[in-house]
Amino acid sequence: MVRAFVTLVFVAILGLAFGRLALDYVPDAALNQTAVHYAELTPPETGAQNVVAAIIVTYRGLDTLGEVTVLFLTAAIVALVLAQTSGPTKGRGSGLLPSGELLQTGTRMLTPLILLFGIYVFVNGHLTPGGGFQGGAILASAALLLLLADPVRRFSHRLLSWVESGSGVFYVLIGVFGLFLAGGFLDNRILPLGDFGSIFSAGAIPLIYALIGLKVGAEFSSILESLEEAEDH
Amino acid sequence: MAEIAMMSGFALILLGIFGALTNRNLLRMIVAFSIASTGVNVVLVSIGYLPGRTAPILDAAVPLESAAAQIVDPVPQALVLTAIVIGLGVTALMLAYAYSLFRHRKSLDISDFTELKW
Repeated sequence: MVRAFVTLVFVAILGLAFGRLALDYVPDAALNQTAVHYAELTPPETGAQNVVAAIIVTYRGLDTLGEVTVLFLTAAIVALVLAQTSGPTKGRGSGLLPSGELLQTGTRMLTPLILLFGIYVFVNGHLTPGGGFQGGAILASAALLLLLADPVRRFSHRLLSWVESGSGVFYVLIGVFGLFLAGGFLDNRILPLGDFGSIFSAGAIPLIYALIGLKVGAEFSSILESLEEAEDH
Repeated sequence: MAEIAMMSGFALILLGIFGALTNRNLLRMIVAFSIASTGVNVVLVSIGYLPGRTAPILDAAVPLESAAAQIVDPVPQALVLTAIVIGLGVTALMLAYAYSLFRHRKSLDISDFTELKW
């Protein structure tokens, strides 16, 4: 009781601080200098329509590489923690009833469409809202559907790890090409910028986003599979 | 609009912190942390919003010459995209550790884990 009261007092003090921040907040009338720089130089420098994609893949490409690495570490640690703590195993998916005909047929019909949509989202990342992370999450949702419809199903670890590490290696290679052929690490101008607004434009951004999408999709799928494997024991 | 988004973002942060501090169940604490990080993302995006402007996508609706006068700030949006992805990783890790604790100790109640308590 006392603990809840103390917590409430602390949260109320924090709420006062937040309230002052929110009440005194005046939105800027114009963009700040960094944002103006990105807004004006994104079309000539990167050729991407989506300014956020240009920031993530090109201007802040190194951060994104780090972010993808963090995701990889997460997937690896989740697999490690769950593998070490697996209890007595009674065979995979034992005691589960088979899923129904409707669910299985529906899954077979929906999975290619979901995969196609994920690929659409990351291939068009430089033109429309979307990109590698969103597309990769959609790819992994297809994996989740497969796992939910058939809990005994396992994806090929070899395939997932090849997709994951292959796309990571190509991502870094494209970055290194940028050092020699263009202005620096992860510079997207190693490929021609193309017509502004068309699908084959913005240099290496669609390529990098496709690699990020595959990598993120493989990582999320392996996290989901580790969680599912831990569940059947 | 931005004020409403910002207020609800701050409310989500407070709710999440309160939930994480008062709940004793590990899974509820993980849910509370996710709510708090969602609140942080909402506040960040609402700070990047400028009244009467459009999304930072330079298509037919936004002429290139006046782009800087028509789009909202793209930097917080890029930052929040990163934050969402990292938040997902953190949530997955917390769930995996909670599962591991439950495996070893057959409990999800934080009161049963007293090794780090003083």
